Amino acid sequence: MRTMGKYIVKRILLMFLTMFIIMTICFILIKMLPLPAVREMGRDVNLILAKREAMGYNKPLLVQYFLLLKNVFLHWDWGVGEQMYEALNVWDVLVQKLPYTVLVNLYSILLAIPLGLVFGIYAALKKNRWQDHVVSTLVVVFISVPSYVYAFIVQYLFCYKLGWFPLTIESLESTAFFSGRMLVSMMPAILSLGFGVIAGLTRYTRAELSEVLTSEFMLLARTKGLTKAQATSRHALRNAMVVILPMIIGEFIGILGGSLIIEKIFAIPGVGSLYVSAVNVRDYNFFMALTVFYTFIGLASSIVIDISYGIIDPRIRMGSKK
Amino acid sequence: MSNRNEMPAIPLEKLRFAQKDERLHDVKFETKPIGYFKDAWLRFRNNKSAVVAAVLIVLLLLFALIVPMISNYDVNFRDGFYKTVLPKNPALSGLGIWDGFKKQRETQAGYDYYTSIGIETGREVVRNISEPTVDATGLTYYSMEVDSYSKVGFIYSNLTLDEYRALQQYQDETGIQVIYPLQNTFLTNYVMGNMGANLWYKLANPAPTSDGLALYDENGKHIPNYMLSANASQADYKSSRIAGDDGGTDGQSWYVYAQKNQSGYKVRVDYYEFFKFKNGFEPVFLFGTNIYGQDIFTCLASGARLSFLLAISVSLINFFIGAMYGAVEGYYGGTTDILMERISDVLSAVPFLVVVTLFKMHLAAKVGALVSLLFAYVMTGWVGMAARVRMQFYRFKGQEYILAARTLGAKDRRLIFKHIFPNAIGTIITGSVLSIPGVIFSESTLSYLGIISLETSSMTSIGTMLANGQGYLSTFPHIILFPSLFISILMISFNLFGNGLRDAFNPSLRGADE
Repeated sequence: MRTMGKYIVKRILLMFLTMFIIMTICFILIKMLPLPAVREMGRDVNLILAKREAMGYNKPLLVQYFLLLKNVFLHWDWGVGEQMYEALNVWDVLVQKLPYTVLVNLYSILLAIPLGLVFGIYAALKKNRWQDHVVSTLVVVFISVPSYVYAFIVQYLFCYKLGWFPLTIESLESTAFFSGRMLVSMMPAILSLGFGVIAGLTRYTRAELSEVLTSEFMLLARTKGLTKAQATSRHALRNAMVVILPMIIGEFIGILGGSLIIEKIFAIPGVGSLYVSAVNVRDYNFFMALTVFYTFIGLASSIVIDISYGIIDPRIRMGSKK
Repeated sequence: MSNRNEMPAIPLEKLRFAQKDERLHDVKFETKPIGYFKDAWLRFRNNKSAVVAAVLIVLLLLFALIVPMISNYDVNFRDGFYKTVLPKNPALSGLGIWDGFKKQRETQAGYDYYTSIGIETGREVVRNISEPTVDATGLTYYSMEVDSYSKVGFIYSNLTLDEYRALQQYQDETGIQVIYPLQNTFLTNYVMGNMGANLWYKLANPAPTSDGLALYDENGKHIPNYMLSANASQADYKSSRIAGDDGGTDGQSWYVYAQKNQSGYKVRVDYYEFFKFKNGFEPVFLFGTNIYGQDIFTCLASGARLSFLLAISVSLINFFIGAMYGAVEGYYGGTTDILMERISDVLSAVPFLVVVTLFKMHLAAKVGALVSLLFAYVMTGWVGMAARVRMQFYRFKGQEYILAARTLGAKDRRLIFKHIFPNAIGTIITGSVLSIPGVIFSESTLSYLGIISLETSSMTSIGTMLANGQGYLSTFPHIILFPSLFISILMISFNLFGNGLRDAFNPSLRGADE
């Protein structure tokens, strides 16, 4: 376990180093861009220029970077919005948007995990029979079709034709966050996101489980008198889970990032929409914060996956020499 | 019983050489050798779904390459009147499917309007008209299928003198009536489409408050309301006239076909025929048109061509960069490997979205959106390929045959390119092919979101087409249907094809998923 602890610390330190490098590069690249033009319609140009001066935009690049680092590390202050959400704290806006993204993705994963596992186990148990072929073919189809195509189908069928769900999600003013109405209004997005996750999980489960099912300890389990169901649930599934669980955990971290295109189609006011608007109006403070945010999610999920392997299965010793 | 080992004495003269002046050598194989690629091909051939997928990819590729060349339309083509017309395939029109008809529910006024176009042009505008139903408010409704092409009906057009003459000449040569008589306009709020150009019949109530109901004669027919020569200014018209108009040979007044105004001649033309006159071909949009009146079929092919071009170039460039980088990493190992791995670690940790955005902001203005996108894909895309190649090198570099070659004095370069690389090529090719659908998918996503815009006068992208159609999903789903269908088939085919390739190159991995 000591090597494990050392390994975790090493990975986390490395993650922060990587994040720091990326942050630096992105900062330089962003600051090299010209500032957005001062919009003049009904606004005081001098005020904007003064604001930029106050925000340190006219200082040398390195000084600006130092200021950013100081603000971030000492006060967790990512600056204020300049082109959108003006004068609002960037981090506050981000945190305010996060719940929508998380909730939609969380629901879709909660929907997908049981279904994916069930289909995967079923296909593995019926390997090379027609049931397996049907499931495997469907999996290829569902994995390949882009999520926005599901979104169009769901929107057309369920929202327009059948009228089961509203077109856009409820706002927090009209209903509580964990209410049934919110869930119903999120259903189209949840479904569109779910298909791909279900298919991915099915494929993964089927591959892992069918490999375990052919191993020799399964034969032993049957020989000592366990029924097929017992052997599968007690031995095969547990061993297959060693690989499947980290993937599911990785999915959970990934939900923070969300899906930009689904958020756009269903007008979910989440982090993805925030990023798209930050890019479109060129708000560099938001862009900077979201870059770091997305980088962090990517790195964190890979670390958590790696570490969870070691925790779930002590046989896998991370960071050991061999 | 003699000793078995005892040879009977053979006289010397009975002995002869088996081969005296011949050289000993192996016999040349009668059969053809099966090389690496041949072996893979033999296995690939047996994978039916992969073969079908490969054929589909080739077909889609041909579609993308050929259609923009032979199509009547191009991306620039926009028709202001044939916006959102439904898909029509002349080959299947006779069967009543894919013929541009749309089911609609219309009031009595709408019924009069659409049937009137059919009566005047002689084309089938409405069909399958149901029995009228009366709803609670007392309004009469019909459900019917309306031809989205012919329902445009008539438009007013201002022609120059040359165009006016050319059109008359066209009418005389082909015998097709394009110019129809102008009609008496009256002050009414009821104007359905094309500035009232379709109102050629008398209304039951011509007052401004008209509800648009047609006035019928005793046979239940529309009554024409054409402008008569007696009471209107008219321009010279010498071409064919519609039935029932003799041009005044019987001394009665005749219909007015054109009026002169400041800019030229105002005529009322049958748009379907006018389109043919203007463009030289019949208005047939295989996949319909979008809200700008662009031909979806051509735009889709053009967008697909762009996607293919981008994806294949990205895949090729990443193949070369990744192979070089991974080979050096994997072959030399040690410190070189660690240092180079850190670089690719950092690069792979940058979210792709951020890379695209930064490249777009920095480069799009200088080198164009497409090239900046290409750079963005190359910037981080090769990392995966390098990792794959590196792994293969680690796998092979310790094997005995490499050791043997090195002992025989083979240089690094020879070992890398002659001994290790050919062994890894299958995996590398598979990786390259499997990266193509990813590029196409993310390109369509990015252009859908508007983060990149590949829309110019001569090209469009699938993502842009989807974004344009999204607001019309409920009313005109065909705008989104065809691009979605295309990209779905493409992605499925590429995945099946890639899986087939992987199984063919690495039979031991069959069924395993990466």
